[in-house]
Amino acid sequence: MKTPHRLWLGTALIGLTLLALPFALAYAGTAWVRIANFAILYILLALGLNIVVGFAGLLDLGYIAFYAVGAYTYALLASPHFNLHLPFWVILPIGAALAALFGLLLGAPTLKLRGDYLAIVTLGFGEIVRIFLNNLSRPVNLTNGPQGVAGIDPFRIDGFDFAQYQTLLGLQFSGPIKYYYLLLAVVIAVIVINLRLQNSRIGRAWEAIREDEIAASAMGINTRNVKLLAFAMGASFGGLAGGMFSAMQAFISPESFVLVESIMVVSMVVLGGMGNIWGVILGALLLSFVPEILRWTVEPLQDALFGRQLIAPEVIRMLIFGLALVLVMLFRPAGLLPSAVRKRELTGQAA
Amino acid sequence: MDTFLQQLVNGLTAGSVYAVVALGYTMVYGIIQLINFAHGEVVMIGAMVAFTVINALAPTGLPPLAVVLVGTACAIPICMLVGYSMERLAYRPLRSAPRLAPLITAIGVSILLQHLAMLVWSRNVLAFPQIIDNTSYTLGGASITNVQLAIIAVCVALMGGLALLVYRTQLGTAMRATAQNPHVAGLMGVDVNRVIAATFVIGAALGAVAGVLYGTYYGVAQYTMGSILGLKAFSAAVLGGIGNIPGAMLGGVLLGLVEALGAGYIGDLSDLCAYDWIADFMGEQCDSGHFILFGSNYQDVFAFLVLILVLVFRPSGLLGERVGDRA
Repeated sequence: MKTPHRLWLGTALIGLTLLALPFALAYAGTAWVRIANFAILYILLALGLNIVVGFAGLLDLGYIAFYAVGAYTYALLASPHFNLHLPFWVILPIGAALAALFGLLLGAPTLKLRGDYLAIVTLGFGEIVRIFLNNLSRPVNLTNGPQGVAGIDPFRIDGFDFAQYQTLLGLQFSGPIKYYYLLLAVVIAVIVINLRLQNSRIGRAWEAIREDEIAASAMGINTRNVKLLAFAMGASFGGLAGGMFSAMQAFISPESFVLVESIMVVSMVVLGGMGNIWGVILGALLLSFVPEILRWTVEPLQDALFGRQLIAPEVIRMLIFGLALVLVMLFRPAGLLPSAVRKRELTGQAA
Repeated sequence: MDTFLQQLVNGLTAGSVYAVVALGYTMVYGIIQLINFAHGEVVMIGAMVAFTVINALAPTGLPPLAVVLVGTACAIPICMLVGYSMERLAYRPLRSAPRLAPLITAIGVSILLQHLAMLVWSRNVLAFPQIIDNTSYTLGGASITNVQLAIIAVCVALMGGLALLVYRTQLGTAMRATAQNPHVAGLMGVDVNRVIAATFVIGAALGAVAGVLYGTYYGVAQYTMGSILGLKAFSAAVLGGIGNIPGAMLGGVLLGLVEALGAGYIGDLSDLCAYDWIADFMGEQCDSGHFILFGSNYQDVFAFLVLILVLVFRPSGLLGERVGDRA
């Protein structure tokens, strides 16, 4: 056991590092701050999916649909598309609530399905949402179809605009740096919520359902409500992340919500360790930095070896995702940082 | 009426291809209860290999039928090899693992195959060369082309052949025994590993032919074609009752029909101006005549709707027997 003293010191050190990080990154280039922001967004998504996949054991392959719901809610309510410009603190909760509603919509008919069927149905659900986003431009132009929605408002509180460059207390804050702090605050809140959830009555009910649904219901757990809650909560985190994505990007289109994105988030959860919050965070960080790592290693390497790009980096990225899923399942089924219970379950040892 | 008959013909053609692909899903599921996510990618690889060969042979002036046959003959062994290797490398080590593990592996395999195919063939669409003269026959108001006839005939032949294999040969008996209880089948002298490998290989061979047919029908093949086709075929397998071979055939044809009729009629059905009481309410918006909510671009939604409806109301499918929760 660590002494509390050392624990506090460690936390303070990590906290200071996280606070100073954007300025260090900005020194290397604003692009790096953006990359860090996306990594945090992926952590948010992975944590939301972890509730469904890791805690409750329901494999959801259409998770990106909830991200899309959140993103489109924000985009439609704060852009020139409908000429609506609601403030973000109004829209983000609406987006999260709508995503939760979609989670219930998906969860309700699929409650009785076994794991593998559920995976396919969720996949189909994700595709349906994307097909609708793509086609709801006629007869009434709701989503602007494949062209997407542009000119989305950034977060704004009175005069404080998250997209603008500003000097505060002698420090220079660029747009991405401001978003970084906002995202950091949100992700810390979400981590705390997740940690509290895991050991709560609901968290233990989820775990019981994951281990054995029949036994869980015999123990008096209302499996229907508890599963629906998992879907709704997981989805609401996705919706929240989607709203922030929308504001940061200022432009969204159905292209951002394809199946590959869902699978990427699943890979993060699986690689890091289903059910373990720190594992999932590690998985999200690792996989969201893969494209950057490739940019600095594989691209120059190929240039040096062949004089041109033989294999596009995003192909290598997808190959790595696919390989990661296969290899993790074959050799380390509980992930890089396994949760104790999950490890027992996935390695097939008697509990 | 003409539209109806025409969509019936189109649906039957697409549906028979779905049925052949669905067989690959249902055979594997019946025997080891695994949704082989990567089966759609096997179909894609079949189409891509065949199209490469066909495109290479097209200028030689060989008869079109020979060109297509040679292409298919090249695709089948490659797909069999892919099917065998994925069973051997990715699924067999996980056979006793909890269900989630092989499923996630299958998704990984599917991504791997898709992007390997992209490396080999690039993002570009491979087109079917203009070597076949399309002849149309009129059939009570609908027209059917020789290609459509050939596709339906080949699919029927494949399904008949598979039925013979499963119900009349020793391998088929071993497959059915393994599906019922692998452990006991092993005790009775069935080499379970070999039978499972054979199931994957046969499914992959069927998939290869289906890929060629599908590609020929639509005239194009691309590295992404496997995922949506695979999903539809899986829906078909579930509709018929997964694990049930006649079910997959029935489900495939039905799904093809639902999709074709759905795409043919959804525009008319969701035209709000066609309904008087809504048209009154809509007022001048109907002056141009139509206010179509959903057009045929929603065609891909039908397969998923069918899937969800079947799973909610009759999870065992049309021909499947009710099985207890084996999770």
